[in-house]
Amino acid sequence: MKRQTLLSVIILIGLVISASIWYGQNHGLLPIAASEEAVLYDKLFSAVIAIAFGLFLIVQGTLIFSLFRFRKRQGDEADGIPFHDNIRLEMIWTAIPTVIVLWVALYSFDVYSTMRGTDALMIAHHMHHHPKSVLVAQTEGPLPDVSSDTVNISVQGMQFAWIFNYPNDITSGELHVPVNKHIHLDLSAVDVLHAFWVPQLRLKQDTIPGSPTHLDFYPTRIGEYPVVCAELCGSYHGGMRTTMIVESEADYQKWLNEQMEVAQADHSPKVATAKMSESEYLAGKLNQPMHHHH
Amino acid sequence: MEATQITNLVSENHRVSANTGEHPDLRIFGLLTFLFSEGMLFVGLFTAYLAFRAIAPEWPPEGTEKLEILLPGINTIILVSSSFVIHQADHAIKEDKLRAVQLWFLATFVMGAIFIAGQLYEYQHLGFGFTTNIFASTFFVLTGFHGLHVIIGLCLIAAVLLRSLQPGHYHSQKHFGIEAASIYWHFVDIIWIVLFLILYIL
Amino acid sequence: MTLAEQPFHESTASIEVSVQERTPWWEYFTFSRDHKVIGIQYLVTTFAFYLLGGALASLVRAELATPDSDLLPPEWYNGSFTMHGTIMIFLWIVPAVTGGFGNYLVPLMIGARDMAFPTLNAIAFWMIIPGGLLLISSFFVGPASTGWTAYPPLSILTEQHAGQALWIFSIIILGTSSILAAVNFIVTIWSMRMKGMGLFDMPLFCWAMLATSVLALVATPVLAGALILLAFDLLAGTSFFNPTGGGNPIVYQHLFWFYSHPAVYVMILPVFGIISEVLPPHARKPIFGYKAIAYSSMMICALGLVVWAHHMFTSGTPDWLRVFFMIATLLVAVPTGIKIFSWLATLWGGKLRLASPLLFAIGFISMFVVGGLSGVMLGSVPIDIHVHDTYFVVAHFHYVLFGGSVFGIYAGIYHWFPKMTGRMLNETWGKIHFALTLIGFNLCFFPMHILGLQGMPRRVAQYDPQFAEINLICSIGAFILALSTIPFIINAVYSWFNGAKAPSNPWKALTLEWTTDSPPIPHNWHGEPPLLVHPYDYGTVDYEKLNQLLADHEASNLVPNH
Repeated sequence: MKRQTLLSVIILIGLVISASIWYGQNHGLLPIAASEEAVLYDKLFSAVIAIAFGLFLIVQGTLIFSLFRFRKRQGDEADGIPFHDNIRLEMIWTAIPTVIVLWVALYSFDVYSTMRGTDALMIAHHMHHHPKSVLVAQTEGPLPDVSSDTVNISVQGMQFAWIFNYPNDITSGELHVPVNKHIHLDLSAVDVLHAFWVPQLRLKQDTIPGSPTHLDFYPTRIGEYPVVCAELCGSYHGGMRTTMIVESEADYQKWLNEQMEVAQADHSPKVATAKMSESEYLAGKLNQPMHHHH
Repeated sequence: MEATQITNLVSENHRVSANTGEHPDLRIFGLLTFLFSEGMLFVGLFTAYLAFRAIAPEWPPEGTEKLEILLPGINTIILVSSSFVIHQADHAIKEDKLRAVQLWFLATFVMGAIFIAGQLYEYQHLGFGFTTNIFASTFFVLTGFHGLHVIIGLCLIAAVLLRSLQPGHYHSQKHFGIEAASIYWHFVDIIWIVLFLILYIL
Repeated sequence: MTLAEQPFHESTASIEVSVQERTPWWEYFTFSRDHKVIGIQYLVTTFAFYLLGGALASLVRAELATPDSDLLPPEWYNGSFTMHGTIMIFLWIVPAVTGGFGNYLVPLMIGARDMAFPTLNAIAFWMIIPGGLLLISSFFVGPASTGWTAYPPLSILTEQHAGQALWIFSIIILGTSSILAAVNFIVTIWSMRMKGMGLFDMPLFCWAMLATSVLALVATPVLAGALILLAFDLLAGTSFFNPTGGGNPIVYQHLFWFYSHPAVYVMILPVFGIISEVLPPHARKPIFGYKAIAYSSMMICALGLVVWAHHMFTSGTPDWLRVFFMIATLLVAVPTGIKIFSWLATLWGGKLRLASPLLFAIGFISMFVVGGLSGVMLGSVPIDIHVHDTYFVVAHFHYVLFGGSVFGIYAGIYHWFPKMTGRMLNETWGKIHFALTLIGFNLCFFPMHILGLQGMPRRVAQYDPQFAEINLICSIGAFILALSTIPFIINAVYSWFNGAKAPSNPWKALTLEWTTDSPPIPHNWHGEPPLLVHPYDYGTVDYEKLNQLLADHEASNLVPNH
């Protein structure tokens, strides 16, 4: 390659890399991060989107450049230069993407195993404790942590609401969790597939009738966040959402106590939606305003 | 490309006749390709069976008797033997022994029919129905689809037998139907062997 | 006129094709066994379904223009996106690229008179019509509304019982058609190449069709298995996938995606082949990296069969399984990237004739790369967990399926329309079509990446009002996209009847289909096909000499008129 061309290429690559790094740090595409897992996620995402942006610039740039530089001029009916192989170039554009995807795989594996807990990926552990789950279905990971630092809540998805079950038989349609604690959710579904998703946590898990699943996270930011159903579950799939309230330990306890008092005072089930037919349920749901979340 | 090379290619083509006449009979290749995909249908169903089995706490599920092996075992021997029988017909037609072909095909048909009869007898005497439980359902789907394929095989064999009554229709140089029916029958047999192992032995 | 400018067959222009050698117009409406007729039957039929699928998409986007579910009754909204996806996949892209382009081009490109099994070919096509009509009939009873994925238990418990059943039977018919076509392509490509054309001499489109057909052959039957079991659950009281009866919904997902992931490669590989055929003649350069492109098609075929569970990263899958599928999925990016870079190198240093075929081909590369990059992101388990089942995924697959497959199909239509119909399409309308499609498409689908990342799930009729402005932009884009089909339809219909007569080789291309008339005579060539050059010998061919040889060949084979 000519020295001038080599210099231009180096400068261009430098520009692409700088632009990609900048974009990775400033993409603004994700909602607020409300948990430790989300922070990990965002770092991975930034790295990957930076790479994607760089590749995007290279490909689109080459295309646009070609459109102008190699456009057929009026009257020029000759063919182009017939090069059709360049082993070195082909090796480069095979090797570099391979390295990139393997790096993404490794980094992702690292983030994922941190998110799921260290023994989630121990095959031996799984084969020993849950031989049937090796092939298919259950993601029953570690048993609920009985240490005082873990808050265990069980979650039921049904058409078209979420029900949260807390200790002492407290039930609510809202998910309350204390900040800076390990939260363990046991997920199940009553009728069809649903999926529990909080965008600000970057976590999602299908709820499967007949197969319990779970999610673990560590919320770090007080606030209210949407809980969205992310698996088509019927006519009102879009309306199946509620709120997760991350609050201080004190507020959380206060809320729990309030719920207990209410439960003791009134023995009827907290949420009766499961017994309603679709139309009955809707009569109550239709005019509820959507929560506006950032 | 050099101009002289172009000329050479052209004259080479003029010598060649592959495209102006018949092409070699590709129907066997086609049949084998198609049977591969039929095989994949069974692979999908077998996989479903094995998956259900792997995650069930008990298999067969509580209350369902284990399958008896004697009758299906005899049926297996009959079906597997019939593959050897139909194979004799392949040899026979290559030596223009049409009568022998017809006898071998007839024998295969009878053996296949006995197999189906045996399957129906087993169905009658099972302690469970199609919807009893997941074991029962998969059992019937697997054996049912296989049985369906056997019946199709019997139809093919019958069709070949009928065609063989037309003088000169099958001879040593032209016998696609015989070969095709034979290959199909082997396919049906192989599927049964796998099925028998998975359902009854495993 | 310079030597290179001489069009092919100029010396034979005065020899008329005898009337008996033209395919009569009414044959296109019959059980014809001619691969060219069948190919066009597929293309026209699937395009009609494309318009229907597009109408359904317009309904969906009309609903989504505002945050409330206020346009359609909810079951009908769910039915709209379900049928939209189902029609676009099984009645548009899969049959158009395989049955349409595959059937028309493969025999011509390999120098054969027809496919290996012409009758089977016709049977496969004529299954599309009843399959399609059966699916459409479900609109009269309430269409299936559980997504094109039809996950149980919802698809078993659905109130649209009859519609779901019709959906299942329809897909089984359409899948069978696909399998029969695949058998035909494998045998034809493997065994019917003309003498002198080895595997590495055949056009890359044929490599693509070979890889595609292997995928269809291996994977489609497993879908049939899944749907048969689902049908029994729906109609016969079994519980394969119903937990209340001891079944497991995840088994369905595995069986379904074992087919449906390879299905996306079935939808894109032939289009990769189209691009490899369109770029060289319009850039006047050989394809770069022929062997790499051929091998990468086979690699994508092989890898494509072992990545299916990346659609199940949030489902009932154990962690170690998710990791395995993540690695396999990310690796698929490598052979795909090889193709992209090879195409860029094909354009580099060329003489780009910026007419509609090349515009759409370049548009394909540009859009497909965006889809490919979002695909790599989705391949990472943790990244996918956040965006699974959101509008990010909708953006991804529309970039690869529309930005990829549909742009590529249009490139193919503009490129081969002259050959198929004997008429030239109007170039101005083509450019208008391209511009509107590019703008409408990007306006509609690019913002969806943001919607998904920010928290909007898919398959919903109502959404958080914070997403209202972006959704409105998407709907406007969809509207422009809908309008963009109009210049194309007008162009295609008008040109088919009144367009300028097309010569045999308007693009001066080198593959075999361009060595015969436009449209070709029923048995493709008089005498043997003239295999004189490799398919991508641009820049090294002496066109004058080639012209002469072709003319001589034609003259020596032509039967005198009577």
